[in-house]
Amino acid sequence: MKLSDAFTGALLAALGIAVLLYSRGFPQIHGQEIGPAVFPSVVAAVMLGCGVILMFNGWKARAERPWYEVPDWMRSRRHTGAFITVIAAAIVYILLGDIVGFFIIGSLTLLVLFLVLGVKPVVAVITAIIATAVIWYAFYKLLRVPLPWGIFTAYAF
Amino acid sequence: MEALQLAFGMVFDPYNLWVMLGASLFGLFVGAVPGLTATMATALLVPVTFFMAPIPAIAAIVTATAMAIFSGDIPGCLLRMPGTPASAAYTDEAYAMTRKGQAETALGAGLVFSAFGGLFGTAVLILSAPMLADFALHFSSFEYFWLVLLGLSCAIVITSEAPLKGVASLMIGLLVASVGLDNPAGFPRFTFGSTDLLGGIGVIPMMIGMFAVSEILRFVADTKPEALVVENAVGNVFKGMWGLAKKYPLQIFRGNVLGTLVGALPGAGADIAAWMSYAVSKKFSKEPEKFGTGHVEGIVESGSANNSALAGAWIPALVFGIPGDSITAIIIGVLYMKNMAPGPTLFTQNPQNIYAVYLLFIMANILMIPLGFACIKVAKQILRVPRNILMPIILLFCIVGTFAINNTVFDVGIMLIAGVVAYFMEENGFPIAPAILGVVLGEMLEQNFVTSLIKSDGSMLAFFERPVAATLGVLTLAAWFLPPVVRRLRRMAGA
Repeated sequence: MKLSDAFTGALLAALGIAVLLYSRGFPQIHGQEIGPAVFPSVVAAVMLGCGVILMFNGWKARAERPWYEVPDWMRSRRHTGAFITVIAAAIVYILLGDIVGFFIIGSLTLLVLFLVLGVKPVVAVITAIIATAVIWYAFYKLLRVPLPWGIFTAYAF
Repeated sequence: MEALQLAFGMVFDPYNLWVMLGASLFGLFVGAVPGLTATMATALLVPVTFFMAPIPAIAAIVTATAMAIFSGDIPGCLLRMPGTPASAAYTDEAYAMTRKGQAETALGAGLVFSAFGGLFGTAVLILSAPMLADFALHFSSFEYFWLVLLGLSCAIVITSEAPLKGVASLMIGLLVASVGLDNPAGFPRFTFGSTDLLGGIGVIPMMIGMFAVSEILRFVADTKPEALVVENAVGNVFKGMWGLAKKYPLQIFRGNVLGTLVGALPGAGADIAAWMSYAVSKKFSKEPEKFGTGHVEGIVESGSANNSALAGAWIPALVFGIPGDSITAIIIGVLYMKNMAPGPTLFTQNPQNIYAVYLLFIMANILMIPLGFACIKVAKQILRVPRNILMPIILLFCIVGTFAINNTVFDVGIMLIAGVVAYFMEENGFPIAPAILGVVLGEMLEQNFVTSLIKSDGSMLAFFERPVAATLGVLTLAAWFLPPVVRRLRRMAGA
C-alpha cells in the first residue's frame, strides 16, 4: 500500500522519539561521557529529523498525491488472499512447526500456497509431498539440521 | 609462492569443483527466472554454505552470482522482463533486437562481454586490493570511522532519487544494528527482556527476509499477466562477437572501468553500474538515435559493466569489510561465520585464502562461457517453469534455511518481519540497500566512533588531525553537502 510521505514521516518521527526517550534509561559508565545511549540517540535524532521533513513534504504535496493509494492487488481478492496466505503460512509454521513436525507443516504450507496460487489440486498434492521430502532430506540428512519430528517423534529415523 | 600453490590445491579440489558446477547451474537458473535475483541466489545459498569449508562456501557464492547476473539477460531478451535488476537497463534494447530477429547477437553480446567484464573486474581486484590493504594496515579508528561513514553516505547519494528516504532507510538499519549486547558498553539495548535478542538481530535471517521473502510477496501481489516467450529459434550466439569486440573496444573498456568503480563504491552494485553505463554509452555514441531500437552498442557496454561491478564490489568488502553492494553485504556475514573476518590482515595472515578467491573469480567467469551457452539453449524450458510452484517451494526453503543457521524459529520470525518491512519500504520509495548496509556496518561505525571519541577526550576536532582521516572526513562532508548545493546552483542557473 502506498502511503503519503506524511504518514511514513510521522511513523519515522514517532519511532525516533520513542528511541530517544527509551535510551535515556540506559546507564552511564563511570568516568566516561560516552555511554550506550549515545549512538542510538544520534541515530534516532536523525530519524526524527527525516520524519519531520517527510511529513512536511507530504503535507505540501497533499494536493497532487492522495493520502494513500490502494494498489491493484488489494482490489483483487485472489491476490490479497495470496499475499495474506504467504504471511500466515510463515506464522503458522513458527507457531506449530515444533508441535506437529516438519513433514506435516511443510507439506501443508506448500499445499495451501499451491492451491491459493492456482496450481491444479492433483499436481499440488504430489508436488507438496515430494518437495517437502526433498527439502527434508537435504537439510535433515545431508546438512544435519534438527528439523522437528513433532507428533512422529517416536518414529524418528 | 607456497600460498599460491595452496590456493590452487583448495580451488581444484574435486569437492570444490562439484560445488562450483552445482552453484553455476543454480545461479543460471535463478538469474533466468524473472523475479528471482542474484542477491536472492546469494541469500538462498547462505544456509547451505553454512555447512561447508570456507573456500567452497565462497566458491558457491562467487560462481552463482556471476552466472545469475549474466543469465538475467535471457528473459530480458526473450520476454522483455529482466531476470535480475542488473539487466533492466538494457532489457528494452535486447527485446527490440529479438523482435528484429537478432536474439542471438543480443544474448551473445550479453554472454561474451559479461565474462570479459567479470575478468576485467577481477584483474582490478587482484591488482588494487593488496595495495589498499597495505595502506589500510596503518588505519586507526579515526580513519575507519570516516571510511564507514563515507561508504554509507555514498550508498545514499548514488542509489536513491530521494536522498531523504535513503537516510531514513539507513537509520532504520543502524537502529536494528544497535539491538543486543554487542556495543562498546556491553549493555543489552532494546532487548525488552528477550534472551533471543541479546545476541542482536541476525543479519542472515534479515537478508533472507529482505531479499527472498519480499520477492515472494512481490510475486503473489503481481497483477500483470504472464509474458509470452518469443518463439524465435536462437542461432549461434558466438557469431559476430569478434566483430563487435573490434568495433566497440572503447565502449567495452569504458563499461568495464565504470562498472568496476561503481561496484567498488559502497551501496551501488551491478544494477546501478548497468544503468549508468547504458546512459554513458548513449551519450557518447556516434549513433545515439539508434538506442532503444535494437542497437547492440549499449548492451555491449552495460552488459560488461554489470559483471565487472560484481568483482569490483569485493574490493572494499575484502580490504575494509565495507560491502560494495548487497551481495557482498551478505558475503561479509558469511566471511565472519567462516573465521575469515575481512580486513587488511586477511591479506597478510592467510594469503592463500585471498589467492583462492581470485582464482575462483577467474574460473567462474571462464566457466560462464560454456555453461551460459548451454543455458541459452535450454532457456525456453527454464522460462516455462511455473512460478506458482516455484515460489512456495522457495518460501519453505527460506524458512528451513533460516532455521538451520541457529536452529531456532525465532530467526524465522525475524526473516518474516524483515520481508514484510522490506516489501512495504520499497512500495513507498524507501531504498533497501542503505538499510542493509546500516545493519552490516552499524557495529563497526559505533565501535570506531566511540573508540575515537574516548581517544580524543570527546573532541570532534581530533577526527581531522590525521592526514588520511582528514581527507576522508572532508570527502564525507562533501558527499553530504555538495549534491544539494549543486542542485540549488543548477536551479538558480536555470531560473
